[in-house]
Amino acid sequence: MKMARQQIGKVVTAYTYIAPFFLLFLLFGLFPIVYSLFLSFTWWKGMGRQIFVAFDNYKALFHDRTFYKALYNTAYIWVFAHLLILPGGFLVAYLLNTEYVKRKNLFQALFFTPMVTSTIAVSLVFSTLFGEQFGVLNWFLEGLGIQPISWFHGNGGWIKPVIILLFAWRWIGWNMVIYFAGMQGIDRELYECAAVEGANKAQILGRITIPLMKPVILYTLVLSFIGGMQIFDEPFILTGASYGYIGGTNQAGLTLATQLYEIGFRTGNMGTASALAYTIMAIIAVLSIFSIRLFAGRGERV
Amino acid sequence: MSAPARAAIGSQGIRALVLAMLGLLAVLTFFPFYMMVIQATHTSEEILTTPPPLGPGVHSLHNYAKVVAVVPFWRNFLNSVIVSSSITALTLLFCSLGGYAFAVYQFPLKRLLFATLLGTMMLPWLVDLIPWFIIVTRLHWLNSFLALVVPSAVSAFGVFWMRQYISSNVPMELLDAARIDGCPEGLIFFRVVVPILTPALAALAIMNFLPSWNSFFYPLLVLTKAKVMTLPLVLNLLRGDPYRGMDYGVLMTATTMALAPVMIVFWLAARRFISGMTAGAIKG
Repeated sequence: MKMARQQIGKVVTAYTYIAPFFLLFLLFGLFPIVYSLFLSFTWWKGMGRQIFVAFDNYKALFHDRTFYKALYNTAYIWVFAHLLILPGGFLVAYLLNTEYVKRKNLFQALFFTPMVTSTIAVSLVFSTLFGEQFGVLNWFLEGLGIQPISWFHGNGGWIKPVIILLFAWRWIGWNMVIYFAGMQGIDRELYECAAVEGANKAQILGRITIPLMKPVILYTLVLSFIGGMQIFDEPFILTGASYGYIGGTNQAGLTLATQLYEIGFRTGNMGTASALAYTIMAIIAVLSIFSIRLFAGRGERV
Repeated sequence: MSAPARAAIGSQGIRALVLAMLGLLAVLTFFPFYMMVIQATHTSEEILTTPPPLGPGVHSLHNYAKVVAVVPFWRNFLNSVIVSSSITALTLLFCSLGGYAFAVYQFPLKRLLFATLLGTMMLPWLVDLIPWFIIVTRLHWLNSFLALVVPSAVSAFGVFWMRQYISSNVPMELLDAARIDGCPEGLIFFRVVVPILTPALAALAIMNFLPSWNSFFYPLLVLTKAKVMTLPLVLNLLRGDPYRGMDYGVLMTATTMALAPVMIVFWLAARRFISGMTAGAIKG
């Protein structure tokens, strides 16, 4: 009898404890996922009747040239930013992990600093660094005898590089910290054994460090898809989207997320915007599954 | 020259090279912050001259006065504090309660509920955006902090994180001992468990505080009045139309004022921050 009462007490306590979380989670976590899938099949301007249109929103999206532009820009920014961030973060972590560096914590904190700052604030700082008449970078280029660059105008060709530099500057430290922690987790004895066997530094890196770091690299890769495909703050600020210049000159800085903002909150097409949200989710899922396969496929399982 | 001596010189060379590369990266990391602070001490006219000023100027106070004259900056600062602290406090409470229930108790539907939670953990936030906006509009939460605080008060990752921590750090014997001592079931968590959770709570606090402090997209959609704006929004407001020119000195002053507190706190507890912000990767 006492046991049974205690058991009921436990179940009641358990439900009481998870209730606040699950009530909010149901309304703001679970319901939106289902509801935006539903919305993606309707034509709706945010008020009035929702008209079921089946796949029309998706069709409209896939026939829209700006969608491909946004997709291209987002992919372009992702690829070049992560060519800097992932190998760069790995290299910095590798250098930090050598016996030459004493104050490892200090360096980690230094490189991590941009991560704690607001993207809006640092985007504004970058927009002044890349100012066209007065920016420090153009002044520096002029000093080198190079024509000043019209970063945000001209044909818009420099907008993506600026976004890439800003994004890489902000994220390299985060990836470095993750890689560094992974490297610290590798058993020292493995390195010593390899050195005794006569392996050089490059062999140790290629045969021990990188293979053992594969799960960590995969993790950063998957997270980079989630973050990179939804990039919003940087292009929004750098192209002045608050004032309607979504994407900037020639829409060279238009990304999937800023296009979603444009469709959903400027044009007010909630249905099409939801279809875009689900498309972005599908892209992230495909990229993530593909990279998990790729990493698990070669030799040992991740 | 003997072989060891040559090796020593080679290793010195590598050491110098490694430190030079790290040093260069440190300079590149801090250069934008340096320019931000420098420009905050100059008037816009000074900044627009060639060569641009690279050292400190004397117009900080003038810029500061202009910031607080144009926007209610300290009000916005307070708004950011209120929003981020509320989100953090509620997340800590709800996630530790939920994580505790999942770690300690057996109850009907437990597996289903936990699987649902895990399934949504990695979903992109854009999928939630439009329904969230519709819900908060229907609730008349535009220009209200409720629109930001209530939906962010729960985090699937937070529950998962607390469950993992409690499973591996809270011994079941401790809970049984509390029961034998007559502690009511509903109070065991608060009396016995919470004190053990400090490190996990600190990490979770950092994980939630910083993103909400820096959050831009969500507030942008619901906070339209200057008085209720959070810091990132007011910076965006101060910037004005980029194609019509702006007051760079004033803008960089406000940006410095917005960034400085976070950076100071970060530098006071860098280890904690770094492990908090990367905790999901390293332990999860």
